[in-house]
Amino acid sequence: MIETIAQYPILAALIALVGLGILFGALLGFAAEKFKVEGDPIVEQIDELLPQTQCGQCGFPGCRPYAESIANGDAINKCPPGGQATINAIANLLDVPAPELDAEHGEEAEVRTVAYIREDECIGCTKCIQACPVDAILGAAKLMHTVIADECTGCDLCVEPCPVDCIDMLPVEETIKEWHWPAPPTTADIIASDLRPQL
Amino acid sequence: MKTWVTPGGVHPPENKHQSLTLPIGTLPIPEKLLIPLSQHIGTAAKPCVELGSAVLKGQKIAEAAGPVSVPMHAPTSGTISAIEHRPIAHSSGMLAPCIEITSDGKDQWQAHQGVADYKNASASTLLQAIAEAGIAGMGGAGFPSAVKLNPGHERPIHTLIVNATECEPYITADDSAIRERAAEIIEGIGILSQILGHPDNIMIGIEDNKPEAIEALEPHVQGSGISVRSFPTKYPSGGEKQLIYILTGQEIPSGGLPADIGMVCINIGTTYAIKRAIVDGEPLISRVTTMTGDACGINRNYETLIGTAVSHMLEHSQFNEERCSRLVMGGPMMGFSLTSAEVPIVKTTNCILAPSYQEIPDDEPAQPCIRCGLCAEACPVSLLPQQLFWYSQAEDYERLEAHNLFDCIECGACSYVCPSNIPLVQYYRHSKGEIQKARAEKVKSDHARQRFEFHQQRMEQAERDKEAKRAARREAAEQAKATAGAANNGAAKATAEGQSGDSAADIIAAAQARAAARKVSPEQQLAKFERSIAGAEMRLQMAEEKLTEADAQQTDEQKNILVAAVEAARQKLEQAKGRLAEHIKEHKGEQVD
Repeated sequence: MIETIAQYPILAALIALVGLGILFGALLGFAAEKFKVEGDPIVEQIDELLPQTQCGQCGFPGCRPYAESIANGDAINKCPPGGQATINAIANLLDVPAPELDAEHGEEAEVRTVAYIREDECIGCTKCIQACPVDAILGAAKLMHTVIADECTGCDLCVEPCPVDCIDMLPVEETIKEWHWPAPPTTADIIASDLRPQL
Repeated sequence: MKTWVTPGGVHPPENKHQSLTLPIGTLPIPEKLLIPLSQHIGTAAKPCVELGSAVLKGQKIAEAAGPVSVPMHAPTSGTISAIEHRPIAHSSGMLAPCIEITSDGKDQWQAHQGVADYKNASASTLLQAIAEAGIAGMGGAGFPSAVKLNPGHERPIHTLIVNATECEPYITADDSAIRERAAEIIEGIGILSQILGHPDNIMIGIEDNKPEAIEALEPHVQGSGISVRSFPTKYPSGGEKQLIYILTGQEIPSGGLPADIGMVCINIGTTYAIKRAIVDGEPLISRVTTMTGDACGINRNYETLIGTAVSHMLEHSQFNEERCSRLVMGGPMMGFSLTSAEVPIVKTTNCILAPSYQEIPDDEPAQPCIRCGLCAEACPVSLLPQQLFWYSQAEDYERLEAHNLFDCIECGACSYVCPSNIPLVQYYRHSKGEIQKARAEKVKSDHARQRFEFHQQRMEQAERDKEAKRAARREAAEQAKATAGAANNGAAKATAEGQSGDSAADIIAAAQARAAARKVSPEQQLAKFERSIAGAEMRLQMAEEKLTEADAQQTDEQKNILVAAVEAARQKLEQAKGRLAEHIKEHKGEQVD
């Protein structure tokens, strides 16, 4: 054996390399089958970062389709409910520069809103129930509807279909429990004497 | 006895002597008392009185809502004059639901008595009484005491620590209470011990700057198994985790509770309230609060009714508004500035500080961090305050959590030593709030995603069901067509025998009609047609008669109807005649054949 190798070193090397190639190729092929990932994990991760309002302002029917589109190279700045924080988080995940929010798709809301149905005016047409992506509206045909405020994502998809315009988007008021300290004013870059009134 | 030394800490001027010159005093009963429904950690209490109803001192006015909640009681007798949102002592300056009582000046107690034979009562009876008395931790956090004292069977308690540290400058509420009420406090500790199943160690932790208090406790603890442990004064030794480390050398795991390592730590003021509740049956309606600061002429402790406005205390303490730099609830290190003096004293208020400009000047503007590292030396939790500061500024919440921001006890030692006057604690509080908000939003968005996915699934299912139904209907229609076709074929065969071939596609009705026609003889048919013609003629005649009669009397509309009826009758007659003619022709053809 050793003699044969010594006699045909190039042939031996070739056989060894081809042999290794086949072995590792088989191993990789096996691993690719065995540890196959269903779906695109990056889509899951992007979807995790999106705010899940399912509002469709990005032009996709829900957050997940938009996440899929981002994974396929779409712009990451089409989500007004998420705002700059979401853009930054996705940019961080994908390791790309964070752009400003695309104004074409809407502006970032200052305060969170939830839908509210003026129940006296509701005619019970169920159109808003069909529009709600998270089943947060309760009601039946010809009976008054109402919004479960805790489940409402504030997507305002129910406002448009209402034939009597009885749905308002009301801002959610901050309660004392939700309040937290504001960031201190940044004065670190001012020299103390600059704060004195000008003479 | 051995005590351990915590890392870091600071030694701010104590300023405790001012308020200890006088014994605990009482204030005149204020005209109005404002009781916030949430003075504790947990769910806000639920009002159980109506507007305008009269209440007696100690009567329950709000019930505990849920397991982690405490009830509220009327601090004096009077009438309920408001149940609404009012400003309370909170850093946000926001409004919160409150009950206002207008005092009747009689201060009349409701009938009350302690737990009968409490020395032999079960732990659950005692805990029930403590919960009913509305007792929440009086050291500052306000955690419902009955919940704290009931850690469950899986966490047996071997050590009870009573916190009499009172490490914050200025505050002397616990100190003065111990001096004057040592016997009752020890009785309260005895009740706690009974509830916890007589733990092995019962310790009172107290700083060595309160020699009078230690002396007052000594005679009462003789032979009771309670040990009074004093240790060197340092801020902040009074934090629960710090005190446990000082007394036992054990650390509570990050995010854990003392009960996880078999300990319960309770404020000494709370033990007094527990004694009053169990032995005397008095709910928690007043507490010892220190009124101090150079802007007040009188510095002392008051037995203050819960709900007393801060302004009422100031009025009776020779308050000089011009000298006062700010109003602080709590101590100078961890307290917060009040936006209004009209806010009420609550169960956790141990001090009202009205300092002069010399004592606590206005905040200097913050300078840039020079990385001197003094904050890291002062931190009692061994965190890296300057790193936390940078990450907080950069809003890098991931790194903040990695640097254990949530272990920060917000003691303010870092801000105290900072030469650049950076409000470090406010940065941490802000970042903690932001992180908690993000967590809450994450939970909400996950929930929304779940609901959305379920919604999608439901819609798809409905679509599938509809499609299946449609398919089933289509199949049924095809089957029906097939059977109808078969029947038609049969009928066609039958006709083919008698008559010249009719197309098989003809409907069954036609086939039946023909079959019926075959049954009757041509003569009968002829007679039938003639009868129908005669009938139609008669009807036409009658209609015409009616029309001529009506011409004279009736309106146009009715006439129109009659005209139409005549027309219809005429048409029918013509049809019948046509049919007769056809029949004759057909018949003739047949005869010819």
